[in-house]
Amino acid sequence: MADTIHITVENQLGETRQLEIPDGINLSLMEVLKASDYNILATCGGMALCATCHIQVLEGMNTLEQRGDAELDMLDTLPDADDQSRLACQIRLSPALDGLKIRIFANN
Amino acid sequence: MIKTDICIIGAGPVGLFAVFETGLLKMRCHLIDALPQIGGQLSEIYPHKPIYDIPGFPAINAQQLVDNLIEQIHPFNPTFTLGERVEIVARQADGTYHIMSNEGTVIHAAVVVIAGGLGSFEPRKPEIPGLADFEGRGVSYMVKNPEAYRDKRVVVAGGGDSALDWTVFLSDVAAMVTLVHRSDSFRGAPDSAEKVFSLAERGKINLLLQSNLSGVRGNGSLSHVGIIGKDKTEMLLEADALIPLFGLSPKLGPIADWGLAIDKSAIVVDTSDYSTGVERIYAIGDINTYPGKLKLILCGFHEAALMAQSAFRYVYPDEKLSFKYTTVNGVNAF
Repeated sequence: MADTIHITVENQLGETRQLEIPDGINLSLMEVLKASDYNILATCGGMALCATCHIQVLEGMNTLEQRGDAELDMLDTLPDADDQSRLACQIRLSPALDGLKIRIFANN
Repeated sequence: MIKTDICIIGAGPVGLFAVFETGLLKMRCHLIDALPQIGGQLSEIYPHKPIYDIPGFPAINAQQLVDNLIEQIHPFNPTFTLGERVEIVARQADGTYHIMSNEGTVIHAAVVVIAGGLGSFEPRKPEIPGLADFEGRGVSYMVKNPEAYRDKRVVVAGGGDSALDWTVFLSDVAAMVTLVHRSDSFRGAPDSAEKVFSLAERGKINLLLQSNLSGVRGNGSLSHVGIIGKDKTEMLLEADALIPLFGLSPKLGPIADWGLAIDKSAIVVDTSDYSTGVERIYAIGDINTYPGKLKLILCGFHEAALMAQSAFRYVYPDEKLSFKYTTVNGVNAF
């Protein structure tokens, strides 16, 4: 397992950057994106209620844990969600995520 | 016109507790909220979720906390305007404010306290070119009067409970209802989903699964809705009305236009009294921001207490405020 988790992020403008996150920090992907100054509101603070942290997983969908009910319910209400959609607030960081590639989809 | 000492925008936990803190100082409150019930997101979104960080309550359900707050502020006889969104906050010549809602309600208050939480809950709109041009001309995001759809060709979009329920309801009213949904199953109440499938089988509604809205057309008012189906080709469906039902999303809304300093969708405040840069307007709870801000209910309670001490000078300009403990003085109703 890697000591550092590498996640490639494409922002709303199509710009791509790789984040290096030390293993062992107990954060959600939403919190990491916010801390990295990405333009996501995450209005509800991580309760899967607002969908302002909506992302598309470009690579590594199978490394993620399954969506829970709250996330599925919220994604189901979104007009622009698809099979690659996730809410970043519902993804806990773990070494298994190393190599993940995502696009920030939320339009804020 | 409603007259009060303090107009609180937002009837969530922090707005409610502000009634208590200002009530101790003999200030009367009127609360206004865009939601049809008291309690803000606690009642609207997670009424049955336990909250673990309210001092003195190892665990309390969100709705129970709201009910307790309502009981706690009862002695101060607050009044409410519910289901209306504040549009305009207008400063009067004497420094007081008129607060005006989208339904035309006007509240006159010496002080405005914004306890708006995440903002007001507004319908989530799909990103379709030109959609806004047809709002009110065939496109609406909620059903206010079902009779308006009698004998019309209606397209409902969405897969949640409200999309299912309105499809079922309107199937008896409209000439034809088409339900457009992104996936091939529904996560809404199984009963409603079953009804929808059954209506579709009997030809009572037109059910388009694995389909998405792609466009709207019309000359002045809506005439066609574009839909991209399973096979990725677009078809144009004749329609008099389109009702996209994709849930509610919190938006700052008109608050952004009141001349207050805003940082990342939150109102910048002075932490000595949670005043905004505009005299007599305060912001407390999740809606405000300052260095070190934590969006916690308990922080909002603290902010309400300090706000009340500061707002006193505007309601009772000739009186001197002396700080009193409820344990010594009790809670004197009015």
